[in-house]
Amino acid sequence: MLELYEKTAIELGELLRTRQVASVEVTRSMLARIEATEEKLHSFVTVTPELALEMAAEADRRISAGTAGPLTGIPIAIKDNMCVKGLRASCASRILANFVAPYDATVVRRIRDAGMVILGTTNMDEFAMGSSTETSYWGPTRNPWHLDMIPGGSSGGSAASVAAGQAVVSLGSDTGGSIRLPASFCSVTGIKPTYGSVSRYGLVAYASSLDQIGPIARDATDLALMLNLLCGHDPMDSTSVPMEHPDFTSFLGKPIKGMTLGLPREFYSHLDDPDVSRVMADARKVFEGLGVSFVELSLPHLDYGIAAYYIIAPSEASSNLARYDGVKYGHRAENFDGMIDMYCRTRAEGFGAEVKRRIMLGTYALSSGYYDAYYLKAAKIRTLITEDFKSAFQTCDAILCPVAPTPPFKIGEKIDDPIQMYLTDVFTIPVNMAGLPGMSIPGGFSSTGLPVGLQLIAPHFAESRLVQLASAFQAETDHHLKRPPL
Amino acid sequence: MKITDKEVDYVALLGRLHLEPEEKTKYRAQLDDILKYMDKLGEVPTDHVEPMAGTVELYTPMREDVVRPSLSIEEALSNAPARTGTSFRVPKVIE
Repeated sequence: MLELYEKTAIELGELLRTRQVASVEVTRSMLARIEATEEKLHSFVTVTPELALEMAAEADRRISAGTAGPLTGIPIAIKDNMCVKGLRASCASRILANFVAPYDATVVRRIRDAGMVILGTTNMDEFAMGSSTETSYWGPTRNPWHLDMIPGGSSGGSAASVAAGQAVVSLGSDTGGSIRLPASFCSVTGIKPTYGSVSRYGLVAYASSLDQIGPIARDATDLALMLNLLCGHDPMDSTSVPMEHPDFTSFLGKPIKGMTLGLPREFYSHLDDPDVSRVMADARKVFEGLGVSFVELSLPHLDYGIAAYYIIAPSEASSNLARYDGVKYGHRAENFDGMIDMYCRTRAEGFGAEVKRRIMLGTYALSSGYYDAYYLKAAKIRTLITEDFKSAFQTCDAILCPVAPTPPFKIGEKIDDPIQMYLTDVFTIPVNMAGLPGMSIPGGFSSTGLPVGLQLIAPHFAESRLVQLASAFQAETDHHLKRPPL
Repeated sequence: MKITDKEVDYVALLGRLHLEPEEKTKYRAQLDDILKYMDKLGEVPTDHVEPMAGTVELYTPMREDVVRPSLSIEEALSNAPARTGTSFRVPKVIE
């Protein structure tokens, strides 16, 4: 018999609507699980038991009144870079350590309207800049499968909390892999939707042309429920696309026979980790058994993705983070000499090392004399990467590739070597550059028991195809059902 | 080195970051490594490629010109590090 905290949203929804269990009981189970495991993991920046129980009681009233939806009463954790009115949104930075959101992000409003239960905000790399959740001002999150390992980043707390049963589902944000990488490293299912599918209103900006909010869950079924809730046009975000999204749950359990998956040569020739190679080969066999065929293809500019990304993203960040000036909100230095010095010292005290590094890099790339050589060049490479994907999708329905070149690595291993850390995202970054939807699903484990994920990439706005493929894969495999020994 | 000490100072000032001497040394070395890595972009011919700033086609949405609720003065000031009455308080700008 599973504990309540081990169940998925679809299972809990059924128990809630048939009145076998109340949301308050489910929420208490999650809060107790957080209490029992949080000291080891540190998934959360803020846990909000009072708010959660209040929201759960309200959800129970809605269920009694017969006005409940599929996610009413389901507990969720939200990344610390999204505004929840009345809660701290620190972005895991000292500069916003005391910032209390004065309004709700659009995704949070949707969560409230659906009657979901907010458990708190989750730990992350500072301003979502990182691949390991080690750059958090509040200290690192640990991987639930192995406490000496990083959980991936930047949405490390969101992935670890779902893997550990601290939350049923969570929200992350993904600029270069920040949902898919931690989902892979924690053995949960996560999707970065197409750029423009989900409103970014109320998400603290890092690199606005790449940032995208998405859900993390235990399986494709729960992801489909969350996509139904999150996708849709928002007049408050001018990059959100006005279009009708399908009912993603109608793609669950649908056969995938006859589909073609693309295998990009450049991704596979990069692989020298035997565990990742084995997991990819096993996944191929599963899909083959489901009637899928494969086509080898080429994404020739893969190798330039990281270099182009680390020009574009820091450039946008250097501009976006100019707002932290110690005037309107956030930390202000106490000792300074004049206005400019106030800005400089406030920002020196408020930002951590990686954020400063990216501000410097972006400022340099945009500065006069270097703009053409760096930013403009990178923006052209971005076009080439996007065209690569466009021609790839002429020959396949989706692309199957690894999420990361290796399983999770040790805390501290790459923190002082920025380029090695950046290379972790070699397979995820191109997807953001092209604005495509990408999903990470549990693919198995390394010989030492560490999670390894698979990545599926689809054309723009074909999230439903990813749901269909993941759901078929998970019906044949049990990797997503395994839980970490905590 | 691709980046000089002077450039590090200049970029830090543009980015409004006060750096301690040891930070300058560290960032200069790290930025130098990163910029060397970026050199590989030079291998790709891009003379006839259009640059791309984003992935969705942006348009100018129109809406009715109606007053809508927004943050109150109190809410807008609620996170200010320093305030006077209904204003943000800042250090003296004009000497």
